[in-house]
Amino acid sequence: MRNSIANVARNAAFAFIVAVAAPSIATAQEAQDDTAVSSFTLENGLEVVVIPDHRAPVATHMLWYKVGSADEEPGKSGIAHFFEHLMFKDTSTYPSGEFSAAIAAVGGSENAFTSYDYTAYYQQIAPSELPDMMRFEADRMRNLVLSEENIETERQVVLEERRQRTDNVPSSILSEELNATLYQNHPYGIPIIGWQREIEGLTHDDLKSFYDRFYTPNNAVLVVAGDVNAGVVRDMAEETYGKIPRGPDLPPRARPMEPDQKTAREVIFRDPRVTVPNLSINWFVPSARRAEKGEFEAIAILSEVLGEGLRSRLYQELVVKQGIASSAGSYLQGAAYDYSALVVYGAPRGEADLEAVEEALVAEIEKIKSEGITPEELETARTKILRDQIFMRDSQVRSANLFGAVLATGGKVEDITGLQERLDAVTVETVQAAAERYLDMNHTVKGYLLPEEGERS
Amino acid sequence: MKQMLNFKPGFYMRSYLNAGAFLALIFVLILVVVPAKAAVEIQDVTSEKGIKAWLVEDHSLPIVTFQFSFKSGSAQDPEGKEGIANLMTGLFDEGAGDLDSDAFQTKMEELGAEMSFRTNSDEISGQVRMLAENSDEVLELVRLAVTAPRFDTGPVERIRGQIAVGIRSDERDPRKQGYLKLSEALYGDHPYAHPDEGTLESLAAISPEDLKAFHARVFARSNLTIGVVGDIDAERLASVLDEVFGELPAEAGLEPVESIEPNLGQELRVDYPLPQATLQLVYPGVERDDPAFFSAYLLNQILGGGVFSSRLFEEVREKRGLAYGASSYLHSRDHAQTLAIQTATRAEQAGETLSVIQDVIAGLRDEGPTQKELDTAKTYVIGSYAINNLDSSTAIARTLVGLQQDDLGIDYIERRADLINAVTLDDVKDAAKRLLSQKPALLVIGPAEQAQNGG
Repeated sequence: MRNSIANVARNAAFAFIVAVAAPSIATAQEAQDDTAVSSFTLENGLEVVVIPDHRAPVATHMLWYKVGSADEEPGKSGIAHFFEHLMFKDTSTYPSGEFSAAIAAVGGSENAFTSYDYTAYYQQIAPSELPDMMRFEADRMRNLVLSEENIETERQVVLEERRQRTDNVPSSILSEELNATLYQNHPYGIPIIGWQREIEGLTHDDLKSFYDRFYTPNNAVLVVAGDVNAGVVRDMAEETYGKIPRGPDLPPRARPMEPDQKTAREVIFRDPRVTVPNLSINWFVPSARRAEKGEFEAIAILSEVLGEGLRSRLYQELVVKQGIASSAGSYLQGAAYDYSALVVYGAPRGEADLEAVEEALVAEIEKIKSEGITPEELETARTKILRDQIFMRDSQVRSANLFGAVLATGGKVEDITGLQERLDAVTVETVQAAAERYLDMNHTVKGYLLPEEGERS
Repeated sequence: MKQMLNFKPGFYMRSYLNAGAFLALIFVLILVVVPAKAAVEIQDVTSEKGIKAWLVEDHSLPIVTFQFSFKSGSAQDPEGKEGIANLMTGLFDEGAGDLDSDAFQTKMEELGAEMSFRTNSDEISGQVRMLAENSDEVLELVRLAVTAPRFDTGPVERIRGQIAVGIRSDERDPRKQGYLKLSEALYGDHPYAHPDEGTLESLAAISPEDLKAFHARVFARSNLTIGVVGDIDAERLASVLDEVFGELPAEAGLEPVESIEPNLGQELRVDYPLPQATLQLVYPGVERDDPAFFSAYLLNQILGGGVFSSRLFEEVREKRGLAYGASSYLHSRDHAQTLAIQTATRAEQAGETLSVIQDVIAGLRDEGPTQKELDTAKTYVIGSYAINNLDSSTAIARTLVGLQQDDLGIDYIERRADLINAVTLDDVKDAAKRLLSQKPALLVIGPAEQAQNGG
């Protein structure tokens, strides 16, 4: 727990690799039995993905809704996440807690999460429990009863969650405001959990209309991974989700877009709790869906070579060779609908100060723009991503998460299974072109976490 | 250690979860959850030199995972050199045998393998995940790392510097300082009182020679436990065990560590103007080999171990909306055992939240749980074992090591359900009286004078 922020960061970066590296789960085993990933759509519009994994008698059942914080109306920040909490309350069929009790009674586990572009609910159970899970999950898709009492209690829980995860943590406070600066117009600038006053102001009617608008079969993706096959899953899904009528068609997810970036900005947070300063240099790049052909893969390789892991340029140069940093690296945010953030970061060590770290980071950024990467670096990065694909197949949930996130952000199954080919198309030239285009020091947003003024850092 | 190396400031929290806060974080961040073998077939493998390992063969993926552990940990840190076990774990991929740091890491990268080490108070463990196709070459690197680490001055200074930055980063963080203060208060001059990283002074006092001596003392065959999962058979594993671990000394030179009763009943405060107060209560725990272990385990499940169904979750979060998470943990270490409760709430509600927790404790201590609560906890604890412990190759490998260390027997996974089902309501009531009757240690981190310990 005490390392949670570092863990968050590390795993987010890893999740990204996975998301970009979109493994050829299916292709590797297509020759054998029925382990290939398949997908189909029910008559009411529900998309279904099945990822067979027969190594163990266990299944992962995930329902993804194509709605996240970036789909919220202005002034209603936090509603997507608040609503996610309420999905665990009464429905007209079952009282609060009955679904959870049914999961616990079979030793299953469950959870839910909200992001900018999607909200997902999942359970892990024995495959024999799948019909029950689908029955409960389909029930709360349409039959939730939003009582004032449940709303008020849960609002307090959400506000405590905000205090615990954001307001009590200096790096989270900085990160929230940095995001609001990086995105000047797009709703990615608004925190997923919402601004406190807007969470306080959400009403029963807001929540009800949010539910009716977004929680429909034609706005959802069902992902089932584990010891199952597509035919059986289809039958079960038709018996449960299939009975729910299609909802009204939603308009395209056209969010306010970013204007051209024209300035460099700095966000500074000083706090007496901070003893060692750090900085990040942030840009946003088009998401995989919106990037030109091959561009997103080139950016992924760029980030890999520049700053991902102990063998990356930033780590080797700043931490190992110059010895001025305790950490240095980069990461690219994973599956997103409109933009992905590209971040370079570092913190000083020993006698070095933050300025020295920043200078060295910028020097490496300029170098990769002017000289590009070597064919060996390209090959190593590609191999690493492919290796991660193989390791990822060991994990049912990671596979399910990847397919869910990609499909909920405008991608297709083929975007994942065909990624190796797309990686093969990346050249040293396309990587350098991406560096020149996106690593523009005149359009950065820099974030500084600093000790209080007058304190030696 | 590795967390710190990968520290990334300015990260955007991607997802917020509905769950007990701590378990929730674990889900999003670690994505732990992949079920696997409900019925795991474990093979007991012994090499010619007598090195033992437990193996679960699985040829469906071309991956091999090794997990190994040396009983030792930061409890073995010599006085004045606290932090040495942790520093050492940062150095195994920084040069071994004829390979310096750069050459070692380059080879590991070319082979596409992952190797990591970590320490806690009781053990130093390593994990290696490799592709089966080049496992020979990877295991040769593992042999070098385990038997012939170089501890060259350059890498030692670098890793020491990184750890020092981590310690300094926490110096004015009230929450980190609160947890340090709590450990000191609970354990006094016992080795458990010091953090794994040591202090700036003790860390600075460690020399490469100290590291070599410490390594020679704690890395031996007598305190080594190994679990292996994946694309490898028993015959091959037997020879690999001798190749990789055969050169280690037969006997470790461990210092005896005394068992200690944590010094409970204290009230600790870190006064700091935070928007939210963090509360931690510490009660006595049970040893892993205590006959009442499962009674205490089920008690903890009912009290605050269940994610969406426990008394603390129900009373603190569901009914009153006082906190995002309210949970309890049973922590059975080799030399001390505790049951800890943690929550965080708006500063002015800290007193109310504390009394709700105290009421929950009193209710369980005086009345015990209901039969229905116990039955529900049992089915959950039995059914969730596969998901929690056998859900991926790495989890299975960790479990294989844990089962051997706790001496639970190779058939434990089959016997476990019976052990749990044998626990009666009276057993759990006894456990509640035993664990929840003492006045706990209380830690409050937040604005002054918000919560009083009523006992």
